[in-house]
Amino acid sequence: MARPGETRSSDITFPAGGVRRLLASLASWLYLAALYVFIFLPVAVLVLFSFQDGRLPVPPFNGFSLQWYEAVFADGKLMAALGNSLLVAILSSLVACLLGFLAAYALARYRLPGSALMRGLLIAPMTVSYLIIALGLLVVLNALQVPLSLWTVGIGHVVINLPLCFAIIYASMGDHHVNIERAARDLGASDIKVMALVTAPMLMPSIMAAFFLSITFSWDEFIIAFLLSRFEVTLPVEIWSMLRSGLNPKTNAIGSLVFLASIVVLVVLELALFGRSRKT
Amino acid sequence: MTTATLEDRERRKAWGFVAPAFIWTLAFFVVPFVYMVAMSLWSRQGRDIVRAWNLDNYARFLTEGALLKGLTNSLEITLTVTALSVLLAYPLAWIIAERVPKRWQRMALILAILPFWTSYVVRSYSWLLVLSKGGVINQALLGIGLISEPLELASNRTATVIGFVHFFVMLLTLTIYSNLIQLSPNYRRAAADLGANGFQTFRHVILPLTLPGIMTGAFLTFVLCIGDYITPQILGGNNELVLPQIIMLQIGRRADFPMAAALSIILMLAVTVAYIACARWLKIERA
Repeated sequence: MARPGETRSSDITFPAGGVRRLLASLASWLYLAALYVFIFLPVAVLVLFSFQDGRLPVPPFNGFSLQWYEAVFADGKLMAALGNSLLVAILSSLVACLLGFLAAYALARYRLPGSALMRGLLIAPMTVSYLIIALGLLVVLNALQVPLSLWTVGIGHVVINLPLCFAIIYASMGDHHVNIERAARDLGASDIKVMALVTAPMLMPSIMAAFFLSITFSWDEFIIAFLLSRFEVTLPVEIWSMLRSGLNPKTNAIGSLVFLASIVVLVVLELALFGRSRKT
Repeated sequence: MTTATLEDRERRKAWGFVAPAFIWTLAFFVVPFVYMVAMSLWSRQGRDIVRAWNLDNYARFLTEGALLKGLTNSLEITLTVTALSVLLAYPLAWIIAERVPKRWQRMALILAILPFWTSYVVRSYSWLLVLSKGGVINQALLGIGLISEPLELASNRTATVIGFVHFFVMLLTLTIYSNLIQLSPNYRRAAADLGANGFQTFRHVILPLTLPGIMTGAFLTFVLCIGDYITPQILGGNNELVLPQIIMLQIGRRADFPMAAALSIILMLAVTVAYIACARWLKIERA
């Protein structure tokens, strides 16, 4: 018969494996916490000091103020750059999606000689650094004496997003859609009609994914926008020129706003595109 | 006869659909690229670009210390970043996949990659807020009396590496996590049945199965890191320039486009070598 004291002591001495497991588990949680701190530290500092009541976005935190957000919205150049970014992102993504969709449709539905080569060519820009794509376009535009503008930035952004749109849409063109398209054609629909009224709606999730991914890339792209624009610039380029003035809470404020906007877009996407598919 | 013409017509229609994308890629990617290769064989004299074909730019790259140093700086930083990012991201992805309860996993992953969605330029800038002389870390160390003078943590190679690792840890956590959760739990069960302990299972079963995914992620990291201008320009200071910074100097200050073109080709060659190494390694691993 065991006395109460004995059971107690056996409780305290864990089996060796148990201690090790506990330590391993503790280490995991510590590691997780440490990495989350590393990942969030700069963003937290960015957002916190965008509310700084003072001229420097570093400690000490003097107090809460919205003055830098007011400064952002009052900055005409910054607001213009924001509008330019939206315009370039939406238009270039539309073009990239449309060209990507047409090419994917043709290469998936028709047996063409040299189609593997064509696929390779359309994907190729993905493997080249943005800097090199930008430089190539810049020297050609210079040689042809084409003035730099938002249009040339847009051309560059279609170049980087077309491979992406093509690849995403091509990958989703399964054979199971062929019969539905054939049925539509038998009922007298033209190719364009089949594409617009049958294929595109069936592939809408992947087309939307390609479109929004393109918008994100174009929206955040710096080097092409920097090298291929002159007077009218996009938001990353305008933020870049703000950096010349050193640490500035206004930069924090615009950075925080961009972050907030991306999160809103993400949540909307999550709910609209992926939320539905998860329920089914 | 009629079937042939029908097929012809179909084929012509199909080419019509491919044509816009093809022409776009040809005009705005292939032609500029070929033109740039040609330009790398020309040279700048005074303010003019002379179309005399020679390898002078490449010779200058090999003989001028500052240019060659750009490549070695780039390679050193990129390899350090790639290794560090994989080493930090793998345990993180593993903990999220294995330790975090199933219902919280998606949340934990989204949190781990949330700052990925800040603007790239702003993300590098935000590390300045942390690392600069008046920044958070220096203020904290001064506050608790560990140091009496602020340390120079920004404007050097370490700051560049930190900024890069921050970005790529998020990217790699995402790719490695999706790799890990695709593994069937049967592998682990089989290894345990055969008497392997936790570490042995990881070393001989889980790690080899996830290596191809890691290599793909590491290659992506390599490509994006070696071609990036923003992070080293904001965080790296002026002492150790990387290749993209030197390319930008040729374009901006010196207007030496032939040299910039030659350096870009060299940058591309570095990426190609890395790609071949990765592909060969993966093939060996699979065989």
